[in-house]
Amino acid sequence: MTTFDVHVIIENKPGISDPEGETILHDLVLKGNHSAVSKIKTAKMLKFTIKEKDKKSAKITVQKICDELRIYNPMVSKVTIDVFDA
Amino acid sequence: MKVGVVVFPGSNCDRDMYHVLTDVFKFNAEYFWHEKGLPKNIDAVILPGGFSYGDRLRSGAIAAHSPIIADVRKMAEKGIPILGVCNGFQILVEAGLLPGALLKNTSLNFMCGWTNLIVENNKTPFTNKLKLNQKIPIPIANGEGRYYVDNETLKKLKKNNQIVFRYSEIVNGSTDRIAGVCNESGNVVGMMPHPERAAESAINPIDNKPSSLIFESLLDTIGVTN
Repeated sequence: MTTFDVHVIIENKPGISDPEGETILHDLVLKGNHSAVSKIKTAKMLKFTIKEKDKKSAKITVQKICDELRIYNPMVSKVTIDVFDA
Repeated sequence: MKVGVVVFPGSNCDRDMYHVLTDVFKFNAEYFWHEKGLPKNIDAVILPGGFSYGDRLRSGAIAAHSPIIADVRKMAEKGIPILGVCNGFQILVEAGLLPGALLKNTSLNFMCGWTNLIVENNKTPFTNKLKLNQKIPIPIANGEGRYYVDNETLKKLKKNNQIVFRYSEIVNGSTDRIAGVCNESGNVVGMMPHPERAAESAINPIDNKPSSLIFESLLDTIGVTN
């Protein structure tokens, strides 16, 4: 078994307003003259440390945990899961 | 006839709810700690407001997995009246007993103040003494109170008459100004505003009668006579 770091990013689905991200974009970044930026979305990240046989299993296990325990609300959020060597 | 008030770590409106139930409306009420079960002879269950588990992860997300929720779920299936207020509503949503999600208010602020509700469904155990379109002056106190459903679910809510309360005006960005919903059977109701803070004239500067009718509806439903 190997130890992996698994990053779970929880963010609003497209179409659901993210007033915090919009404020950071319009009132901070664009006012700072960084006109190349067109969108900022806020998200929550959870970092799991997990022992699994390989990266694929680590990702499957964490996805299962997220679904089973409703770590995210599927009505409004989507998750992105990335696995790294610990 | 007994009403259970469920207490989670971080509940803080449980005493207000218990006081209104027992001292004002003469219910036989009892607190139930979230790690315990509910007795079979319970006639209604109320999940009060507060900050269960400090709103960690998301409001209500951790409490939705408390052991007592299994019993709340069984009672919901049996048709027993269940009311979630504020954090109680968030817990019922996170437990999947009510549809939708409660997001951060559009203002991103914790909102605390008086608002007006409009009664949209007066067939539930908590609204049967109210009139359709009746106005309820009532306080809100929440940070994650913006009710959200997708278009498909919204259509279903309308079709099944599951929208129980709307705000009379835009308050926090909720879909269709929804402030409270029920399940398809109508026995599980969730609302963000606090009727327990509005049912007595001593603490309601506007009109306590409409909020008191929420409790009188329950009295009527479970057959308690004063």
